[in-house]
Amino acid sequence: MSRGYSLRRDALRRLLRNRMAVMGFVLLLLMGTACVAGPWISPYRYNEQDLFNTNAPPGREHWLGTDELGRDLLTRVLVGGRISFAVAFAATSVSLIIGVTYGAVSGYVGGRTDDVMMRIVDVLMALPFTLFVILLISIFERSIFLLFAAIGAVEWLTMARIVRGQVLGLRQQEFIEACQVLGYGQPRILFRHLLPNVLGTIMIYVTLTIPGVMLTEAFLSFLGLGVQPPMSSWGSLLKDGVAQMEDHPLQMIAPGLALSLTLFALNFLGDGLRDALDPRRSEARR
Amino acid sequence: MSLLSVENLSVTFPLREGICQAVREVSFSLERGETLGIVGESGSGKSVCVSSLMGLVPRPPAEISGRALFDGVDLLSCRPKALRQIRGRRIAMIFQDPMTSLNPYMRVVDQVAEPLRLHRRLRPREARHQAIAALEAVGIPDAARRAGSWPHEFSGGMRQRVMIAMAMITQPELLIADEPTTALDVTVQRQILDLIRTLQRERGMAVIFISHDLAVVADVCRNLAVMRDGLMVEHGPASRVMTHPGHPYTRALLECHPALHPPGEKLRIPPELMVAGGPA
Repeated sequence: MSRGYSLRRDALRRLLRNRMAVMGFVLLLLMGTACVAGPWISPYRYNEQDLFNTNAPPGREHWLGTDELGRDLLTRVLVGGRISFAVAFAATSVSLIIGVTYGAVSGYVGGRTDDVMMRIVDVLMALPFTLFVILLISIFERSIFLLFAAIGAVEWLTMARIVRGQVLGLRQQEFIEACQVLGYGQPRILFRHLLPNVLGTIMIYVTLTIPGVMLTEAFLSFLGLGVQPPMSSWGSLLKDGVAQMEDHPLQMIAPGLALSLTLFALNFLGDGLRDALDPRRSEARR
Repeated sequence: MSLLSVENLSVTFPLREGICQAVREVSFSLERGETLGIVGESGSGKSVCVSSLMGLVPRPPAEISGRALFDGVDLLSCRPKALRQIRGRRIAMIFQDPMTSLNPYMRVVDQVAEPLRLHRRLRPREARHQAIAALEAVGIPDAARRAGSWPHEFSGGMRQRVMIAMAMITQPELLIADEPTTALDVTVQRQILDLIRTLQRERGMAVIFISHDLAVVADVCRNLAVMRDGLMVEHGPASRVMTHPGHPYTRALLECHPALHPPGEKLRIPPELMVAGGPA
């Protein structure tokens, strides 16, 4: 009786045994902290130009050098990270909260409700994304929040579909019938019995979503629809860096490395989480 | 008044080619503490019959008519809330396949304890305590230690025991067992049957036992019903049905039961299956 009983506690124990996942988590934590706290500590502001000191090499003054307008690269990478993390966070919460609930309800209730709910998703999905963003920008004022809104409006759709499919399959299983026969209410069956069975799939999809939206943000910024200069994001820094690639490769490598490291860390963590959340993967096999 | 009385129960499913009458005008009743076996080949409507009583047959598309009075409450027409008060608390059910009838993401003890937490509003600690006692009662060895295991760490027979513990933990007045031994091998089947019989006697619970195996049912049940094509073709005391079947179909069922050899006769092994040096 001394053992922990909840899936959560058990999952945490399994996760902590997975060295790669822990490494990913630590790396992510470091990156996050640096992005949040770094710009406060840094003596430079992200938009502070020094036109006598452009494209400077790394040194004591500027650890990663400066860009073509003499702005401190490290500060710009860290500030850009804030945007990328914020986009990732927004997209993940939207797809977790709206997408998972929507998909689970649709799949579990079934019948006509399911039909209507899924057709709405189909319609939203059929909207061309770039056009949708341009539309938003032409209606509203251009701002970072539009970026979040656009990505958020689209990101939960696939999650809803995936979760619906999973729930649809699980609903037929006898243990769900057993729950009904035991007199459990619908919300209890859905959230206590069905969703934990889908967690692994959800985790995998989240880890796929985050790199996806970070790249989407980069793509939108590249088109001039996302982050506007002098604000920076990893996507826009990469774009600027590519232009300077031949003479000053560090200006591309620095934001690229930050992005890749973060994505690596996320993938390892996501993988570890999926394994940890499945009780059938016993510790013995690790 | 009977504990359960089913009157003219019909279940039909609309199909593209017409309608499928899975259960036709079935009536039977069950007293407290009585055991009723329902036999029939697969597709005869026995499972649909009891599933519809438990609200497991979705309607629409299915159409269900008739009445099923459980202690005066019509299971087929009462409100969902009233049904939830009965399901799991006063009527429990166990299923055919123990491999899929437990939630793989929940520890065994928590699953067994959940009905208590919901229906009796017990605190987690107390519910767990009783769950472990229930696991002991169904013959899980070292229950206190095994209780914290996951379902996949149990064998099929053990999982069926867990299902039984879970179904019985609220002390239901009626247990519906839908082919509970079909997915188990013969030795485990015997143990599970004995367990159900023992628990039934100890608690004076009524049991509806569904099987396609006449021998199994006749062993456990006092009364027998035979179903075919959605109709209940025969209904009566097991001893009478087994010895003097009234319906030709029952007779056919009885005759097709594979008897290996008459008692007392030696088992004949074909010579080509004999192992060299084995019994001659």
